[in-house]
Amino acid sequence: MSLIQIGQAGGTLTGRRYWRSLEELADTPNFREWLHREFPENASEMLESRSRRTLLKLMAASIGLAGLTACRRPVEKILPASRGVEDYIPGNPLYYATAMELGGAAAGLMVEAHDGRPTKIEGNPKHPDSRGACSAYAQASVLGLYDPDRSQHVARGGRKSDWEEFARFAKEHFTGDGKGVWLLSGYFASPSFEAVRGHFSRKFPGARWVEYEALGRESIERGAELAFGERVETHYDFEKADVILALDSDFLGVDSPGLNAVRGFARRRHVESVKDAPNRLYVAESRFSTTGAMADHRFRVRSGEIAEAAAELAAAVGLRPGNEPRRAWVAEVAKDLAAHRGRSIVIAGRGQSAEAHALVHAINEALGNFGQTVNFTAPARQAGGASLGELAEALSAGEVKTLVILGSNPVFTAPADLNFAANLEKAGVTIHLGLEVDETAARSEWHLPQAHYLEAWGDVRALDGTASVQQPLIEPLYGGRTAAEVLALIGGYPHERAYDIARGFWTARWPAAEAERNWRRALHEGVVEGTRAARITPKTRPQAWSGAEVERGGIEVTFYQSPAVYDGRFANNAWLQELPDAMTKLAWDNAALMSPATAKSLGVANGDLVLVAKGARQAELPAWIMPGQVDGSIAVALGYGRTECGRVGQGVGHNAYPIRTSDGPGFASGYEVRKTGRSYSLVSAQEHHSMEGRPLVREATVDEYRHDPEFAKHAVHHGPAESLYKNLTFDEGYQWGMAIDLNRCVGCNACVTACQAENNIPVVGKQQLERGREMHWIRVDRYFTGSEAAPEAAFQPVACQHCENAPCENVCPVAATAHSSEGLNEMAYNRCVGTRYCSNNCPYKVRRFNFLEWHKDVAESTRMVFNPDVTVRMRGVMEKCTYCVQRIQETKIRAKAEGRRAIRDGEILTACQQTCPAEAIVFGNLNDPNSRVSRLKKLDRDYAMLAELNVKPRTSYLARLRNPNPEISRIDG
Amino acid sequence: MADLAIRQPIPLDPPLVEGNRTYADITNDVARLTERKPPRAWYIAIAISGTFALILLGMLTHLVATGIGVWGNNQPVGWAWDITDFVFWVGIGHAGTLISAILFLFRQRWRTSINRAAEAMTIFAVICAGIFPLFHTGRPWRAYWLFPLPNFDLNMWQNFRSPLMWDVFAVSTYFTVSLMFWYVGLIPDLATMRDRAATPWRQRIFGALSLGWRGSARHWNHYEKAYLILAGLSTPLVLSVHSIVSFDFAVSVVPGWHTTIFPPYFVAGAIFSGFAMVITLMILVRKVYKIEHLLTMNHLENMCKVLLATGCIVSYSYAVEFFTAFFSGNPYERFVFVNRVAGPYAWAIWTMFACNVFVPQLFWFKRFRRSVPAMLAISILVNVGMWFERFNIIVTSLHRDYLPSSWGYFIPTWVDVLTFAGSIGLFLTLFLLFMRFLPAVAMSEVKGVLPVPAKAVRQ
Repeated sequence: MSLIQIGQAGGTLTGRRYWRSLEELADTPNFREWLHREFPENASEMLESRSRRTLLKLMAASIGLAGLTACRRPVEKILPASRGVEDYIPGNPLYYATAMELGGAAAGLMVEAHDGRPTKIEGNPKHPDSRGACSAYAQASVLGLYDPDRSQHVARGGRKSDWEEFARFAKEHFTGDGKGVWLLSGYFASPSFEAVRGHFSRKFPGARWVEYEALGRESIERGAELAFGERVETHYDFEKADVILALDSDFLGVDSPGLNAVRGFARRRHVESVKDAPNRLYVAESRFSTTGAMADHRFRVRSGEIAEAAAELAAAVGLRPGNEPRRAWVAEVAKDLAAHRGRSIVIAGRGQSAEAHALVHAINEALGNFGQTVNFTAPARQAGGASLGELAEALSAGEVKTLVILGSNPVFTAPADLNFAANLEKAGVTIHLGLEVDETAARSEWHLPQAHYLEAWGDVRALDGTASVQQPLIEPLYGGRTAAEVLALIGGYPHERAYDIARGFWTARWPAAEAERNWRRALHEGVVEGTRAARITPKTRPQAWSGAEVERGGIEVTFYQSPAVYDGRFANNAWLQELPDAMTKLAWDNAALMSPATAKSLGVANGDLVLVAKGARQAELPAWIMPGQVDGSIAVALGYGRTECGRVGQGVGHNAYPIRTSDGPGFASGYEVRKTGRSYSLVSAQEHHSMEGRPLVREATVDEYRHDPEFAKHAVHHGPAESLYKNLTFDEGYQWGMAIDLNRCVGCNACVTACQAENNIPVVGKQQLERGREMHWIRVDRYFTGSEAAPEAAFQPVACQHCENAPCENVCPVAATAHSSEGLNEMAYNRCVGTRYCSNNCPYKVRRFNFLEWHKDVAESTRMVFNPDVTVRMRGVMEKCTYCVQRIQETKIRAKAEGRRAIRDGEILTACQQTCPAEAIVFGNLNDPNSRVSRLKKLDRDYAMLAELNVKPRTSYLARLRNPNPEISRIDG
Repeated sequence: MADLAIRQPIPLDPPLVEGNRTYADITNDVARLTERKPPRAWYIAIAISGTFALILLGMLTHLVATGIGVWGNNQPVGWAWDITDFVFWVGIGHAGTLISAILFLFRQRWRTSINRAAEAMTIFAVICAGIFPLFHTGRPWRAYWLFPLPNFDLNMWQNFRSPLMWDVFAVSTYFTVSLMFWYVGLIPDLATMRDRAATPWRQRIFGALSLGWRGSARHWNHYEKAYLILAGLSTPLVLSVHSIVSFDFAVSVVPGWHTTIFPPYFVAGAIFSGFAMVITLMILVRKVYKIEHLLTMNHLENMCKVLLATGCIVSYSYAVEFFTAFFSGNPYERFVFVNRVAGPYAWAIWTMFACNVFVPQLFWFKRFRRSVPAMLAISILVNVGMWFERFNIIVTSLHRDYLPSSWGYFIPTWVDVLTFAGSIGLFLTLFLLFMRFLPAVAMSEVKGVLPVPAKAVRQ
C-alpha cells in the first residue's frame, strides 16, 4: 500500500483522523496536489531558465543526492591489491592499483577506497617509476574526481543532450573516407587507445591527427631524432651519476621525466658518514628552479644563451674544435665532467631547442655516458600526425569539416600566433570531449563529458614502456566516457565500452589459457608484466644540425609548467591552487618573476602589474621579485587566468599564453616590459626569506663536513637545559619519531598535498591565506642564503615536531593537547576551546587554527573525498600534524589481530613519507635501535631544530651538505 | 589671636574638601546627584556610550556566529587585540583597588573623595576585561570548561600548569573581592540614600541594599573591621592579578614574552594606566556634576604625582627589558627588541614611548599638575600608550618569533576596532549608570576628612 493510498484510505477508516498540517485539515486543493505529486514542487519541473547559477545549484543538488548512493560499484570486475582484505569489511579501506596519465607518461598509483569511494592516492610500489611515491598532481587528482564543476552532461550547441543523441549524430556524420575530419588530442601513451586509433585511421584514411600538449616533449623528441635519426626515448640514471650538469633543466621539478629522476638523485645525496661521497650538481638556468636550489653550483644564464653554453661545452669536451670557452664555468664543469667519464649526465631542459638537445646527446656520448648513465629505449608513445600549426592553417582555410578534440583545451593553451579561438569558428562541427566545460567546450558544437581516470578503464605506459591497466574505483559520477570510448563510438570499433577495449586489447596478446590470469594479475599488480621496452643503443649521426641562434635583444620571457595547475588543466583543483610554489611561495597566482636588478631597472615592486608585450601580443602580469633569477629575463608559469573554468579556478592568476608563440614555446626574447601603474595583490605563504643567521637549516660543504662531521650539532651552544617539571621518560613500547634528510628534500611539495588528502585538511582560499591562515600541517620552508643576486636556497619540511617537553601542552588550560605514552603530541579536538595559546607558544609555528568554518562551502560531492579515519575539524579548534596517528592505530590493530606481533620497521608510513619521491622523510620507532629512523638519528649530521629550548623534538633533521667544486669557488655565471 | 590659633590649627596640608562644607552639605552635594534629573550632558553621554555598548553586543554576536576569523588574528599572531584589550582593561581596574585598599592602609586620607568612583571603575573595567578572554576562545560556548566544574562527560580536570588557568582564578577572585569591597564601602551611603528617599521604590531598593544599616556604634565597629579586612585582602590582589596576567606571557617560550621582569612591570603599568583613567574620569565627573570642592585640584595633583611615579617605573622597566635582551646574548630575544624599535611595528612602540615615557615627564612641573586641560590630555595619552604597550608585547613578539618562515603581520579588521570601541562604550555606560543611581563619592568617608566644620568654628 503506497503512502498515497494510505492517505486516501484515511477517509474511510474509522479511527481518529490525524492531520499533519492545517492544509490537510482544510483539505485544500494545494494540499491535494502536494499529496499527489510524486516529487515535491520544483523537484521535477523542467528547468526554464538556463542561467549558469541555476544550473550549478541544480548540479549541486543532484550531486548531493548522488552522494547518497556513494557506494555504487562498477559492473566490471576490478581486483583489490595485496593490502585489501579478503572479503569486503565495511570501514576497512580497499586498495586498487591504477595509473594516471599526465603529459604522455604514466604515474603508477595505488588508490585507497573507502566504501566504494576513492579517498587517497598513493604511489604503486610495484610500478617502476612510482615505487610507492607520487607527485602532488597525482595526490590532488582525487579531488578533481569529485569536482562539482566537472562537466555533467552531453551538450549540443549549449543545449543539454545525451549520449544517445551523440551516437545517432556520429553515425550519420562520420561517413566516407574521413576527409576534412581532424582529431586533436594531448599525448596518449595508451596501447589500447593506439589500437582504437589505428582502427579509426584505417576506416577514415582521410582523417588527420594532431597531438598537442602545451607542455609537451616536442623538443626532447625532435632532439633525439636529430641526434639519432630515429625516435628514441632517453632515460637518465641519476643514481649512477657522480656529476650532473642541468642546462636549463628543472629535472627535479617541473621538467622531471619521472619520479625516478628525483629518487636517483636523492639517493646519491644520502651521506651516512664522511666516507660517503655525494654527487655534484651543476645547474645553469634562467629561472631559479627547485633543481637550482639543489645545485652545488648554480650559474645564472639566460635560457636563450644555454645553447651557446652547450656549444662551448661541446668544444671543451673535445667534441668539436673551438676556442677556449667564453664562460669560465664551462671550462671547469667540462673538466669535472671529463674526470667522471661514464659517470656523468648532461641534461637539457624541455624549453630548449631540438638542436640543443641533439648537441647534449652528442656531449653525453663524448663523455662516455651512453649505456652507463644515459640509456635509450623505443618511445613509449607513438607520435605523429600533423602539428597544431597545420590544423590552424586548415581551420583558417575552411578545410576542417569536423574537428574532434579529445581532452585538450587548445583555445586556452594553443600558441598565440595560431589564433586558435578565432580559427575554431571556421570549423564545420567541433566535438569536444573534456572533464570540464572549458574555453574550448564553450566554442564547440558538441561537448561530451570525459570520464576521470579514477572512474575509467584504460591503460597507459610509463616512459620506460611498462604498461599499467587503469581500473575504475567508482562508476562515472557524471556519465563521462573515455577518449577511447568516444573514438570507438565514432570510428565503429568492435568494442564500445572502455572495459572491453582495454581488456580486449590485452587478452588478445596473451595465450587464451593465460589471458584471464594475466589480466587479473595486471589489475592486481598495477603493471603488465613484460611490457618494459628493451634498451637500444642508437648511434649519433654526424652533426646535421646547426647551432641555435642566440637572441639577446629585449627582455627574455621563459614559460614554465606551473607546479600547481600544470598547463591550466588543474586550475579548478583547490588543493593545487593553495599549494605554495616551492621557490616563490606564491599560492593562488602566477607572476612575472624577475631578478632584483631587473625589477629595479623597470622600477617595479612586488605586485606591480607589468605589461609584457611583443608586437601586438601582450599580457598583463603581476611582478614578483625573485632572487636568483637571471637579469633581463622574466619567468612566468603557464596555466593561470582561465576564463571558462569552475568556481575555484575561474580568473585565478594571469594568463601568459597570449604572449607565447609557436617559435618560442619555452622562451623567447625581444619582449618589452612596461609598468602599468596598477598593482595586484600577490599572496606568499612565506613572507620572510632569510634565516636571519639562525641555525635552522644547517648546512656545510662536504669539506667542512669531513673536517667537522658533527658541525650540525656544533652550530648551537647553550647551557644545560633543565625543566621545571619532572622529566618524563619514554623508554617503553613504541616511541615514534621522524628524521628528515635536508640533503635529499627537493622541495616538490608532494608531502604537503599527501598530508592534505590524508588528513582532511581544508582549503582556505587566497583571501584567508593573505591573512596568514593557511591550514597545511606540513609546509616546506624555503630560505635563501648568500647575495640577493645569486642566492642559494634550502628547503626544510616542517610539521609538528612532537616535542617531548611540548610547550603547547603546558599552556593549554583545558588539557586538550597532551602527550601519549608513545611520545605523540596529541590533540583532542573535542576538548579544545580554542584559546590559541598553544599556537603562540609553539616555537615551530606548526599549529593551525580553524579561524572560520572552512568546510562550510565544500560541495556535497567534494565531501566524498574525506578520509573517514580522520576527524573533520570544526571552527574554533586547533589542529596540527599527528604523525598520521590513524595509520599508527590501524597498524597496531592489525598487528594485534595477527597474534600480537610487533610492528615491523617501515610498516607504518606517514602520508608525507609515503609519497616522498626523494625518500627524505623516515618515520619509525625510536625505541628500536635497529629501525631506520633510529639509525638515521645516530648519524653525525643529525640535529634537532631549536633544541636549545629544551623542547626535545621527536623530529630531527639531517643537515644539508653542498659539494662544491673546489676549482670553482662559488663562481656565478 | 592665641585663641584663634588653638581653634584653627595651621593646616600643614591643604584642606581635602574645599568650600567650607558641613556634613549636611556633603550629603546634599552627593545624594542630590542621584535624586534630581541628571544634566543634559549625561543624556548625551549615555546615548553615545550606550550605542557603543550595543555595537559591542553586535560584534560579539557576529564573532560567535562566524568565528574568530572575523578578527585579524592569524597564524603567528594567535592573540592580538583580544588579549591586548583584556590586559588593558584589567590594568585599568588596578587603580581603583590601589586607591581604595592600599591608600587606605597607608592612611592616605585624600583618597576618600575618589575611592568610590575609582572602585566602581575597577569593577566595570574588570567586567570589560572579562569579555575578551571569554570571547577570544574559538568555541566560547565551551569556555566554561576553563572552570573546574564537576563534569561527567569528560571526567577530567583542567590543566593547572597553564597560566591561562591561573588567570581564570586570579581575575575571578579579583572581581569578587573588588565587588565585595565596593559594596561594603557603599553600605552606610546606601542607608543615607534610603533615609533621603522620597519615593517608595527608592526607599525599598536602597532599603534592601543597605542591609538594615542604622549607623549604630556597633554597626560602625563591624563596618570598620570588615572594611579593614577587605582592604587587607584586596592589597595583595592588586599585586597578584597583574602578576598572574603577566605570567601568561612570562611562562611561555616566546621571545619578548619569556622574561622575569614582567610581574612588577605589569603591576606598575596597571597602576599607571589605572590612575590615568581615574584622572580622565574624575576631571569629567567634577566638571559635569560641579563637585570641584569635593574632588579638588589637590586630589588631581596627587594623582598626577602617582602617575609620574608609576610612569617612571614603567620607563625603567622598558629600559631593563632592552638591557636584558642585550645582556642575555640570546639572539632571538635580541632580535625581538631590535624588531620592536625598527621592525614593521616600530610606529607602535614609538607611540608607546612617546605616551608613556616622555609625556608624563611634564608632571615634574607644577603648572601641568594643576592644569586640567593638560592633565586630561596627558591622562588620555597615557592610556593610549598603555594600550600600545600591551599591543607591542603581544603582537610584535608573536609576529616574528623563532622561524622566519612563519613570520607574519597582523592587521586588525573593523570587527577588532568596533569590539574594542564597544567595550569602551560598555565601560562608560556602566559608569554613567553608576553616576546616575549610586552615590559617586563616599559621603561617610569624606565627612571623616572634612576640615573642622565652619559652623563648629563659628560656635
